[in-house]
Amino acid sequence: MAAVLAMVARGCGGVWRRLRQRCAVRPGSGPFPRGERAVACNARGGMMSAGKSGLTPWIPVVGLEIHAQISSNSKLFSGSQVQFAAPPNSLVSFFDASLPGTLPVLNRRCVEAAVMTGLALNCHINKKSLFDRKHYFYADLPAGYQITQQRVPIAVNGSLSYSLCIDNKMSQMVTKTVRIKQIQLEQDSGKSLHDDARSQTLVDLNRAGVGLMELVMEPDMCCGEEAAAAVRELQLILQTLGSSQAVMAEGQLRVDANVSVHHPGEPYGVRTEVKNINSIRFLAKAVDYEIQRQIEELGNGGTISNETRAFDSKLGFMPEPNLPPLILYDAKSLPANMNHQQVINIDWIRERLPDLPSVKREKLVEQYGILPEHSFTLLVWQQDQNCNSRHSNEDGLPEFFENVVKQTQMKPKKVIGWILNDLLSYLKQHSLTVKESPVSSFLLADLLNLLEKKEISSTAAKQVLAELWKGKGKTPLETVKEQKLELLQDQKELEQICQAVIDGQENEVMAIKAGNQKVLNKLIGLVQKKTQGRSNPVLVKQLLEKKLSE
Amino acid sequence: MRVLSLGRWLRAGRVPPREPASRPSGHRHSGHRPQGPPQQKVSVEVLEHLEHLALVDFRDSEGVERLQKAIQFADQLHEVNTDGVEPMDSVLEDRCLYLREDDVTEGNCTKELLENARETVEEYFVAPPGNIPLVKLEGQKTFLQGSK
Repeated sequence: MAAVLAMVARGCGGVWRRLRQRCAVRPGSGPFPRGERAVACNARGGMMSAGKSGLTPWIPVVGLEIHAQISSNSKLFSGSQVQFAAPPNSLVSFFDASLPGTLPVLNRRCVEAAVMTGLALNCHINKKSLFDRKHYFYADLPAGYQITQQRVPIAVNGSLSYSLCIDNKMSQMVTKTVRIKQIQLEQDSGKSLHDDARSQTLVDLNRAGVGLMELVMEPDMCCGEEAAAAVRELQLILQTLGSSQAVMAEGQLRVDANVSVHHPGEPYGVRTEVKNINSIRFLAKAVDYEIQRQIEELGNGGTISNETRAFDSKLGFMPEPNLPPLILYDAKSLPANMNHQQVINIDWIRERLPDLPSVKREKLVEQYGILPEHSFTLLVWQQDQNCNSRHSNEDGLPEFFENVVKQTQMKPKKVIGWILNDLLSYLKQHSLTVKESPVSSFLLADLLNLLEKKEISSTAAKQVLAELWKGKGKTPLETVKEQKLELLQDQKELEQICQAVIDGQENEVMAIKAGNQKVLNKLIGLVQKKTQGRSNPVLVKQLLEKKLSE
Repeated sequence: MRVLSLGRWLRAGRVPPREPASRPSGHRHSGHRPQGPPQQKVSVEVLEHLEHLALVDFRDSEGVERLQKAIQFADQLHEVNTDGVEPMDSVLEDRCLYLREDDVTEGNCTKELLENARETVEEYFVAPPGNIPLVKLEGQKTFLQGSK
């Protein structure tokens, strides 16, 4: 197992935002020895500590603070462009550089994004919210303060439901919920590059002032797996809404985890912050690592120190004097004489929310009778694709599946197997998106029809699919004919072959007659071989059984 | 840890500048002292915290004393009865917050911005590494803890 890094921020009055890496112990030693899976949560969500017998169990508590970069053309309070990877300091306005005499002007799109997100997460939207300044000193914060919404944020008291697999085989899913404390609009800071050699910091303000939604999740989670699943679902929701592209690798979704452990019945323990997490997988590992570390530390009689608590102080805040309160309206409170462009109507936005992932999944299950796990995989894979390709909202796997179903007589329950097992593994192997698949939904449907009409066996179908995958432009039927994969329709010929096999396998026949039914499969296999895969195994089994019982 | 009453200034994270000579106290308030709770000293923890936040060094007893006096001065605000009155954040509170369309209208002025900087490296601003820490003077903690 690769060395796991847990990063703990050291805050001294909020001044140090630079992250210190605490390197994990070498693999094999320390709290996370090689090969040991993260401690699993028990049924009630608590965690039992492995090892020392007879001791009271520890309950881990995990809360998350998530910063999602708003997907918009321009920044939160200025008209400079939002773009990843541009020449340094080229996307910076005078306001972003904090030159004297500049003032913030709120971007409408950012407010809409926050409202959409709040609604999707079942929050109460505050019709009046306020902006504040949070003061701290850092080179990438030219103003010396960040404009945020500490006192009265735009949305509060929501919830996020997510699914979790109980076991590794994706066969049983449970639904869990985490409460959302609040969602607030705030500015992003610039980027610092540390040049230790020359003892200086290089500052790029391209990112300074980009709009962020800070989502605070209550500590309702108990382990890395839950945290990861919650973030996955949030990512999916944000991408579906379009309010954020939420690509973690590009810093559009930043997650900080707050972790503590306590004994049942006792108050919550001291919490530490785990920061600078750049992938969901790493989030799960880092959280579990920190839980284990705390358990070990406390088990050895130590204490958990929290160096970032000072940062959370109530000092350093003041109202933003340059911005009046943000007022939102709904259908009832809509002002009569105001310019439409200056009005944000919560109900209007609510009506236009797209189907959330959970709704999409349910619809698929209801409409097509597929299992919830399959529905989950369809959407999750699409999400992974979106993360990698930066082009969210692409027509993807769910649409492909639906198109195939429309064009074939095969039942959706069977089609889903072909999509998730065969198609998906091809796509993964060759790192392709659904759009890039050489096998279109039309071709696949065509192939499945041949299978459904029993013109070919499923083994043959797989062979044909492999051929279609090469993208040579042949139809399934042409491929079948070429490779002579049609099922033998001549019953007599099949009977003869079956008889021949029976005659040639005396020992096996005796075993079957003695009661060992499993050996029958071997005979079926031999018939398949003789017919070069062109026999229908069900029919073969029937024929063999009939002959053997004579 | 002791609870203390901080003036509005300190809540804003600002510390009054070091100025010589004391202000004539109560010059606008006919010389009477604020009625509020008895004066308490600033605790060591808060003082250190303030120093970190504001990058100010209180340095010696005179500095701390001046801070105390500043708090006292600000506490005079308590004389005003503000029961049932919402604090005002801004004189703009009744105005409409203007919403801008999401168009790109600014930026692309790298050269101009960098002209303001004393030092640049390949279109990056240059800053000292990390943050400038406050150098702690020996015995300062002892002094604060000693004073009652």
